[in-house]
Formats: sequence, C-alpha cells, structure tokens
Amino acid sequence: MKNEAIKIFQKKKQNILEKWITAQLEVNGMNDDLITNDDLRIQSEELLYTLIDNLSDSNISNPEAHEFDPVVDILSSISISRAKQGYSPRETGNYIYSLKETLLQVLSEEIKDPATLYTQSMAINKLLDSFSTSTFETFIKGREDVIYRQTDEITQISTPVIRVWDGILALPIIGTLDSSRTQVVMESLLQEIIDTSSSIAILDISGVPAVDSLVAQHLIKTVSATRLMGAECIISGIRPEIAQTVVHLGIDLSSIITKSTLASALKTAFDMMALEVYKKKSVR
Amino acid sequence: MMTRPIILSSDSINITRETDVVPFRSRVKEQAVKIGMSLVNQTKLITGASELVRNLLKYGKGGTVMIEIVSRGRETGIRLTFTDKGPGIPDISKAMTDGFTTGRSMGLGLPGTKRLMSEFDIKSEVGVGTTVTVIKWKNG
Repeated sequence: MKNEAIKIFQKKKQNILEKWITAQLEVNGMNDDLITNDDLRIQSEELLYTLIDNLSDSNISNPEAHEFDPVVDILSSISISRAKQGYSPRETGNYIYSLKETLLQVLSEEIKDPATLYTQSMAINKLLDSFSTSTFETFIKGREDVIYRQTDEITQISTPVIRVWDGILALPIIGTLDSSRTQVVMESLLQEIIDTSSSIAILDISGVPAVDSLVAQHLIKTVSATRLMGAECIISGIRPEIAQTVVHLGIDLSSIITKSTLASALKTAFDMMALEVYKKKSVR
Repeated sequence: MMTRPIILSSDSINITRETDVVPFRSRVKEQAVKIGMSLVNQTKLITGASELVRNLLKYGKGGTVMIEIVSRGRETGIRLTFTDKGPGIPDISKAMTDGFTTGRSMGLGLPGTKRLMSEFDIKSEVGVGTTVTVIKWKNG
C-alpha cells in the first residue's frame, strides 16, 4: 500500500507550491531587494518537486536516506547563498518552516482519520526538522566562510610596508602580533628591503595593545632577520605603559634601537644615513 | 594569611584556540576599565593575562579562565583564575626561574607575570593539571 501522505502530496503538488509561496510572502513581508518573486518561485518549485519525487514508503521515516541527498543539496545551496546575501537566520528558517506548515496543513485537510493523520504528520514533521537542521548547519558555515575571508583580508591589509625615504622603510604594526602575523610581517619586510635596497627599517608598534614575551620574541626575531640582510632595524612607538610592562616582565630589548615615536626613529635613521633636514632660510 | 577577598562579579571564559586570546584580553580590559584601573596597571594586567593564557594554550591544551572583580578592605581589583587539565608542572620553583623554558620561548612568562601582578599563586599536580590565580589591585 502506498503511503497516504505521499499520494496526497503527489496529487496536490501544484496546490502545495502555491500555498507555500503565499505563506512565505506573508511571513517575511519578503525582502524584495534580496530576491525577486520569480526567483523565489523557481527555487521553491525545484525544492518541493525534488522532495516529493523522492519521497517513498521506505524513506518517509528515515531522513538519512540516500534518496534525500538531492533535497539536502538544494537546501544547502539555497541556505549558503542566503547566508552570503545577508539574510537573517529567521528569514532562512522561515523558508523551511513555512514548507512544513503548508505540508501539515494539506495533510490535515485531506486525511480524516485522526490516527493516520497523527502518524503521517509526525513522520513529515521529523523529516522536515532534520532538513531544517541541515539548513542551519550550512547557513552557519556560509557565514563562517565570510568571516574567514575577512580575517584573511585583514591580515593582508594590516601589514603595509611604507617607503618613507630613500633607503628607509616603515612598517606600522596594528593589532596583535601572533605567530602567523609575524610571519607575514617578516616576509613582506624582508622582501621590501631587497626590492628597494633599503638599509634601515622602522617597526612601529604604537598600534600593538600589549607586548608580552611572545610578542617581544617575535620582534627580536624580526630584528635579527633584518640585520642578517645587512639592514638596521629600529623599533618605535613604545608607549610609557608598554615600557614599564616590558621592564617588569624582564624582557631585554637593550640590543635593539628603540624610540618612543616614529618621528624620533626617523631622525635616528637620518643620522645613521648622515642626512640632515633644514628649515628653508628664505621665506617667500 | 590574608583575608579572603569579596567577589563582586564573576565571569568565566573557555579558551580552546589561539583565536580566543584576543576576545579574552578585551574582556579583561573591559573589567579593568570598569573599576577605573590606571592605564599602566591595565597594561600590566593584560600583558600578564596574555602570558598566562598562552601558557594555558601551549602547555595545558586549553582550559577555562575566571575573571572576577574582587575587593579586600579598601582595595578593588581583578582576579583571574586559569585552570587547565594539562600535564602539570613537575618543579614549580624551576618554572618560576627567569629564563627556564621547556618550550623554546623566552622563559619569562611565569616569573615575569609574578612581577607584573599584585598577587600570584600557582598550584600544579603532575598528570592532573595546573591552576594559576593572580590578582591585580586597582592601585597595586
């Protein structure tokens, strides 16, 4: 005997789709700017028909069945694209919940026997709950992808190497210096030293909130590497509270030239290169 | 034996990955600002917290940190309790020596933090885990 619910769904496919779409538009007050009604219809139609076509007696109570793989795939792609388009979780959730409601409503209209209605409704309920769980899993994954991409971008843009003078490079470090960050800083600095054949590099740590022993170790490594390349490295932007903390921690930075401001570091660099900066004598 | 401080507020954070360090530090800073700690003491507290949280990750393979605002007599301060279930420290006095390390770092984390904080206490049992408790008083 073919399952009652499946028969009803297959018979009333078109009807369900209409109801579902109406329900979606009602619930969300749908964001017209995010998706057009036509797109929504195509999306919904594909999902619903795939679901109904794949339903069978054997798998209606087993959400893990292979026959549902295409359904889950469609759901995942919808939910990932929604995450990236900036849908709220509520809107994405409503998408699948409104389908559940519509299906249950159709069942209750068609099946008169309460016992059958109950078992069928439970089966559909369970099935769609499992789908909504996977929708959320992929939705969150979509959001995480966005975050990872931004993290990468931040690491890239936050380590610029600036040529402040012929032969003098400045590298402002903003944020926390961890191992991977130090690697990026060191690589771009060393490469820039070669490219511009600079002899002095200024590392400015005004934007580093705290210098602990690991950060200090990274700084010392960067300075050593720069010296191996034949360039001198000055660390600037040491704030009073950082100075006190470093002393209390017992970190020895005496082998490194350190300055409190970028300006004084630049001045030291000029001295080292035997350059002088004058104020113009004649005023226009 | 000093009197036990009164706990005014308490908050606990799980540390499992390196990405947890920055949010943890900003949480500590938030609390320090709340009680009106001076900038120098804030920096000392955060730097010490940062040392200990790195130890927690590196040697303890993660753990929990309790951030508390405590008060004793006329003093208000921040108390941090770092708990891990790592391998433990066999010789604490050695670990508290400047320059001693088992992990290729500078060996300043524990002794340096002790100098940065107002109060420092470490308990460790091999195979069970390590607990480090530190207090930084607002004007300490």
